[in-house]
Amino acid sequence: MTSLYNEVAADPGADVPTRRVSISVNGEKRTVDVEPRLLLAHLLRQGLGLTGTHTGCDTTNCGACTVLFDGRPIKSCTMLAVQADGHEVETVEGLASASELHPIQEGFKECHGLQCGYCTPGMMMATKALLEKNPDPTEDEVRWALSGNLCRCTGYQNIVKSVLWAAEKMRGDEGEEA
Amino acid sequence: MYPSRFAYEAPTSLAEAIAILDRNGGEAKILAGGQSLVPMLKLRFAAPGTLVDINNIPGLSDHWLDKDGTLHIGALVRHEDLEFSTIIADSHPTIAAAAELVADPIVRTRGTFVGSVCHADPQGDWAATMVASGGQIIAQGPNGRRAIDVREFVLGPFTNALAYNEIAVEAVIPAATGTAKGGYLKLERRVGDFATASVAVNLDMHGDTVHRAGCALAGVGGRTIDANDAINGALKGKALTPENVEAAADAVAAMAEPRSDHRGSADYKRHIVKTFVSRILTNIANSEQKAA
Repeated sequence: MTSLYNEVAADPGADVPTRRVSISVNGEKRTVDVEPRLLLAHLLRQGLGLTGTHTGCDTTNCGACTVLFDGRPIKSCTMLAVQADGHEVETVEGLASASELHPIQEGFKECHGLQCGYCTPGMMMATKALLEKNPDPTEDEVRWALSGNLCRCTGYQNIVKSVLWAAEKMRGDEGEEA
Repeated sequence: MYPSRFAYEAPTSLAEAIAILDRNGGEAKILAGGQSLVPMLKLRFAAPGTLVDINNIPGLSDHWLDKDGTLHIGALVRHEDLEFSTIIADSHPTIAAAAELVADPIVRTRGTFVGSVCHADPQGDWAATMVASGGQIIAQGPNGRRAIDVREFVLGPFTNALAYNEIAVEAVIPAATGTAKGGYLKLERRVGDFATASVAVNLDMHGDTVHRAGCALAGVGGRTIDANDAINGALKGKALTPENVEAAADAVAAMAEPRSDHRGSADYKRHIVKTFVSRILTNIANSEQKAA
């Protein structure tokens, strides 16, 4: 599969140099030919059809395109797809299993942590990174960790509640396993 | 939005990266964290012929202290590496204080200290901490390495002193000869916005006396403002009494070159600078008293 910006243009130039990259996306190895200027967000959405990652502001402000890159949150509109060669990327599609919501998704559902839903994938991936590092965050720590993600609907209150709900649930699940 | 077309190189050694820069004669650009460069590529403010991604070069991701306390920051040290650093709080409090205020938490996982200094944005946090702390940038080119004082490194807005075939491989920030004290305060309308005003203060204390004071400002002029002489003139050889703190804050505020814009009036910004200097110095004075 080739991923070029020209594919959406009327005149697909044949001589665009591409680079073959192998990226683990949600645990699955994907090998793609990409032109170097292709942004990771666009590879995920247009190239791989993973449209759960949203592009919002397109200027590194809003965080809607947040994905995990080797486990750390990054804004995928601000990274080139070629830079992900040999790395692991996790998107919102990687959260749920076949029939079960991830506790973070459950939290957003239970606590009404979304309205229009545009920022939600980014919020949830930033949340995943936070809870992996800090399973028992305070409300302040949640607000701090999500300060790179903008929401224009909720006023953030229910998003913070959702994250705290998910943190508690995930601690409980781990307790049961132990 | 997407960038204009470029050739992409991902060298695995510094020598290789420098050779690519050299070959491209000024048409190549280094990509480190990309948190300023990629937006500029997308907005088409920058359109380099070749992008040289240094993220695959080993040995650039560490920060460490020498035996004498000098701090070294490699070219791929991310903002969050310093935010969560366990070694710099005592030795380099100005850097430690700024780390959690750079951009937003997600940008901090990716953006780099050295890249930010190279970007030379007049509102950049790290260049201000470097100027206040007397830092240097180590540049490596075909003829070896050279150290450049940050005040001669940041030449103006978005302009640095690197030759086209040099890479900034490290930042070096000296240790205090006595006890290091410092702080960084930034006013921003929301997290991740450009600063309305920021102040970096760095002190080398010998007992209760200021041995050397450093200060720099961001967001209140067309460049990073070097207020070292202003603060040093007011504090060198003196104690942090309320009168001396007031004099230092006035001297630094006089150095600001703010302009009125949507972030506030020039007078307001100058007032913020004065308040921040005074607040940082007063906090240091109070913590000294507690320790005594």
